[in-house]
Amino acid sequence: MEPLLAIAIGILFAAAIYMMLRRSIVKLVIGLMLLSNAANLLIFVSAGLTRGGPPLVPQGLTAPQGTVADPLPQALVLTAIVIAFGVLSFAVVLVRRAWEIVRADDLDRMRDTDT
Amino acid sequence: MNVQVALPILIPLLAGAVSLLFWRSRLMQRVVAVAGTGLLLVASVWLLSTVSRDGIQVLQVGNWPAPFGISLVADLLGAIMVVLTGIIGFAVALYSLATTGRGHEAYGYFPLMHLLLAGVAGAFLTGDIFNLYVWFEVMLVASFALLILGNEKAQMEGAIKYVTLNLLSSVIFLVAVGLLYGMVGTLNMADIARRLASLEDNGMADVLAMMFMVAFGIKAAAFPLFFWLPASYHTPPVAVSALFAGLLTKVGVYALYRVFTLIFHHSPGYTHEILLWGAGFTMLSGVLGAAAQFEFRRILSFHIVSQIGYMILGLALFTPLAIVGGIFYIAHHILVKTNLFLVSGIVHRLQGSYRLKRLGGLYRSHPWLAVLFLVPALSLAGMPPLSGFFAKFIVIRAGIEAEAYGVTAIALLVGLLTLYSMVKIWSEVFWKAAPGDDAAESYSTVGQRELWLMSLPAVGLALCTLFIGLNAGPLYALAEASAGELMAPERYIEAVLGPSREGSP
Repeated sequence: MEPLLAIAIGILFAAAIYMMLRRSIVKLVIGLMLLSNAANLLIFVSAGLTRGGPPLVPQGLTAPQGTVADPLPQALVLTAIVIAFGVLSFAVVLVRRAWEIVRADDLDRMRDTDT
Repeated sequence: MNVQVALPILIPLLAGAVSLLFWRSRLMQRVVAVAGTGLLLVASVWLLSTVSRDGIQVLQVGNWPAPFGISLVADLLGAIMVVLTGIIGFAVALYSLATTGRGHEAYGYFPLMHLLLAGVAGAFLTGDIFNLYVWFEVMLVASFALLILGNEKAQMEGAIKYVTLNLLSSVIFLVAVGLLYGMVGTLNMADIARRLASLEDNGMADVLAMMFMVAFGIKAAAFPLFFWLPASYHTPPVAVSALFAGLLTKVGVYALYRVFTLIFHHSPGYTHEILLWGAGFTMLSGVLGAAAQFEFRRILSFHIVSQIGYMILGLALFTPLAIVGGIFYIAHHILVKTNLFLVSGIVHRLQGSYRLKRLGGLYRSHPWLAVLFLVPALSLAGMPPLSGFFAKFIVIRAGIEAEAYGVTAIALLVGLLTLYSMVKIWSEVFWKAAPGDDAAESYSTVGQRELWLMSLPAVGLALCTLFIGLNAGPLYALAEASAGELMAPERYIEAVLGPSREGSP
């Protein structure tokens, strides 16, 4: 399972960076979304996958029995997803406002502040 | 429970919540802004005095024992940074009273400012690497919203670059945290440092060090990752610029200091060598960029970049004296740079422009303002009786002692070019005759009370600079003690995890 996910993460990162390198700001935002999803998947996989072992403590015991999945990466991913959701929705609104004000979907026409 | 450590985070969070409650009341928001940042300053000074008396303070949030819960840790570096946050927050809050327009306040300027301060203070005080990521995001979201307050075209263009590059840096940071967790199985920075030290010759550690360096390098605006900064910092309202200039990049620098002294200090020949080159190029590219600019705030923005180079130089040399210099430099720079932005705002208020071509004659009409500019400007360039002189002196002396002559030469040259930029502003804005007659017209609209309110924080910060310059001993002693802590990470680890338990997993 891990190699498959590793390949999927690699493809996501590649697609994200390809999208971010394009001139359109809409594609830039799509690139950012893919990028954050790739990062979340990577955290999920990085601590190793354990199938069918929920980290629950049986009644009367103080520690779970057998091998269980590490719950921490999942908590991290959950936090990261929420943060990414907030930030990306800001980015979407920003792109829309930028389009309304600048009237362009082209990063090459947004160079006033660079010189 | 050691609530003292959490106060600098809780106060701005609470102040932000209270000012949200008074969404419609302009007066209450202003009162809360000044009171909240004032309390933050008091709490942070209290924290610093405790830390310098009793050593590193730790709060295990929710009473979870160390590696399992989130630890808030205030060592000397963190406490110094929090005090600076308090000073800048208070100064900018006062300044905002006079400069923030009704429109900006109606869209939540003050709640966002509190949130930003909470994020910054949180980043300085957390002892957990994922929590550091969360505070970074709190700070970023607040800064995004502040940056586009006002909805102007330039702000939109600047914001797209700022948002994109900062999100990229956050993702790199997040990925690095994930991989680090996969490798050592913990997120507590002290625990990471302990476990990483026991791993033998792991190439992965260097890879992760580089990922952290890139992520924090973008936030700190180090070469070659600084392009978002001069593209965006001159666009928002001036109080926001001043807040950003003082605090945001320094959070990146702080994170570099923390990570590369506590966690990745095992192969300095590799990581710190790269930092050294980065520092040299950062100084040089920033100052050369500034030399080509003719807009007040853009010149200052490029100088942020070049000054970041000095701070990273202190870390890269990695000798005790160099770290002292770096910390001293951070403290000096935060005060001075914010002050320069505040002065640029006063100039803009008087003459209605940031373009050097359209400014002039201020020495004749407002000699006190000229002096107010000259103090931080000369301090930035490193003139003797001011704080910048000692900051540069320590860093450069550390460079010579470490026999890094190339970078030291760059640092000296950059000091000279900084002076050139400051003199350029001086002669254009203050010395030459006022262009045309539109200046007098805009001057008449500035009330005396408003002018006082704008100058008060600038005067306060200038006095801080003078005080550090004339009486550098106390700050030097603090920086020295703090460098001592950073160079001996065992003390940090022991404070967080308790007395070392050899043999435990």
